[in-house]
Amino acid sequence: MAEILVYVDHVDGAVRKPTLELLTLARRLGEPVAVALGNGAADTAAALAEHGAVKVLTADAPEFAEYLVVPKVDALQAAYDAVSPAAVLVPSSAEGKEIAARLAVRIGSGVITDAVDIEAGDEGPVATQAAFAASFTTKSRVSKGTPVITVKPNSAPVEAAPAAGAVEALAVSFGPLATGTKVTARTPRESTGRPELTEAAIVVSGGRGVNGAENFAIIEALADSLGAAVGASRAAVDAGWYPHSNQVGQTGKSVSPQLYIASGISGAIQHRAGMQTSKTIVAINKDAEAPIFDLVDYGVVGDLFDVVPQLTAEVQARKG
Amino acid sequence: MSLRIVVCVKYVPDATGDRKFADDLTVDRDDVDGLLSELDEYAVEQALQIAEEADDAEVTVLTVGPEDAKDALRKALSMGADKAVHVEDDDLHGSDVMATSLVLAKAIEKTGYDVVIAGMASTDGTMGVLPAILAERLGVPQVTLLSEVKIEDGKVTGRRDGDTASEQLEAALPAVVSVTDQSGEARYPSFKGIMAAKKKPVESLELDDLDIDADEVGLEGSWTRVDSAAERPARTAGTIVKDEGEGGKQLAEFLASQKFI
Repeated sequence: MAEILVYVDHVDGAVRKPTLELLTLARRLGEPVAVALGNGAADTAAALAEHGAVKVLTADAPEFAEYLVVPKVDALQAAYDAVSPAAVLVPSSAEGKEIAARLAVRIGSGVITDAVDIEAGDEGPVATQAAFAASFTTKSRVSKGTPVITVKPNSAPVEAAPAAGAVEALAVSFGPLATGTKVTARTPRESTGRPELTEAAIVVSGGRGVNGAENFAIIEALADSLGAAVGASRAAVDAGWYPHSNQVGQTGKSVSPQLYIASGISGAIQHRAGMQTSKTIVAINKDAEAPIFDLVDYGVVGDLFDVVPQLTAEVQARKG
Repeated sequence: MSLRIVVCVKYVPDATGDRKFADDLTVDRDDVDGLLSELDEYAVEQALQIAEEADDAEVTVLTVGPEDAKDALRKALSMGADKAVHVEDDDLHGSDVMATSLVLAKAIEKTGYDVVIAGMASTDGTMGVLPAILAERLGVPQVTLLSEVKIEDGKVTGRRDGDTASEQLEAALPAVVSVTDQSGEARYPSFKGIMAAKKKPVESLELDDLDIDADEVGLEGSWTRVDSAAERPARTAGTIVKDEGEGGKQLAEFLASQKFI
């Protein structure tokens, strides 16, 4: 059976959810072979085996942390050369996309980014993508070389499918470009204890209507009651009410959660571009004419300062 | 010696317009206005600021695209870029990111550069991979997704804000840089700038000028293929209630019915 290379996104050995989702998609195409790099790489094996990896190739070296992107491309290329896979799947993080694209150039292959689904086709994997702020759905494939495809979080269920997950050390030799961009300092982002925005199953976002940084506390309270991530519209970010890292939209992050709750967000095209593929959309806005209401499954025309706290209290009460 | 800055820009369909696919599944450019990609304005801005800091620098804006793409170049020139290069060839129609990056890389090499600056992504394809691909093709460091960028003493330094960490990066020139929308507001062209732009040189290049064969680019030469593009069905109208004191509770009821609570 064809082997499918899956690039593992992990933090010190803890595999992030989008990689487990990739293993579900990879199993539709063949046998997943995972590639885990950097500190704690070998510690990923149990979780990867539990979700279908037949093999886990691992490598660690100081270069992975000390230089930007290219050492990881060198390693993924070494894995590619060792396995000769039928496809390479990579999570659609900013770095994941760069790694995938550079690998694709090297192996003479086309690259597809931000797939929201993958299925096996007669001429190789067929990737579904959302285009033009999700107003179109396209199906594409790689027509040259071995398909390299990056996949957005929340595109597939995480499914247990125990496999061998045999750990093998991957031999990597770094090329001259590997040390081109030095990481001279790294400040870990302070954890909020909330799920990462792009991966979260539920996102609660605030916009202009939140009207002040201090008022974001009520958005956060709702998010915490639902175990959700917090997002913000560009207007809220530009006003300095919430960090840019939480911006949802064309120039921010693209999210595709099971549930998206927009509070005090009118729904300009730039915002819709970043959230329109959400499965269920809910909005709370004073303005009944706000374009966001064209998208919603459920909308409340009302003052978010009344509706959101009441909703939070109700969620907490129901959870007991 | 002069610092040569090449800014890659893209002419994209206006996101506020009715964007569609044409019959050949390429972007329909006839029914919607085009403009300089908003995210590329940040790249032009940083190029201009770097040039202003440098003793001697030249900013060249480069695009690959049809005749109308000159509008994107004119906008960048009116912001203050010195000259423009336009790669235009009928055979380019339908080129994907690999084909386009090949053309850009050859045009950049032909133009000569110390640093290439691009936006973080286009606002139409939104892939966000072109700068990394250019670095790979040109064989120079990638210093990408910067929210702060500085060039001095033959080095580029900058800050990259990722999902889990914020990193300080450093690379020797030549290099490929990309900047985010956090790098600094882009300036508006002044009237003087708009008038001056009309006189600035725009060099036109064809595939022959870059030693690229027609079969390496365009729909046929691309490395990916779009098999279908379907307009998403309009969402069925949702339930909309007016808050008369129970809006939060009603919403909770809906969320419970959908098993979110």
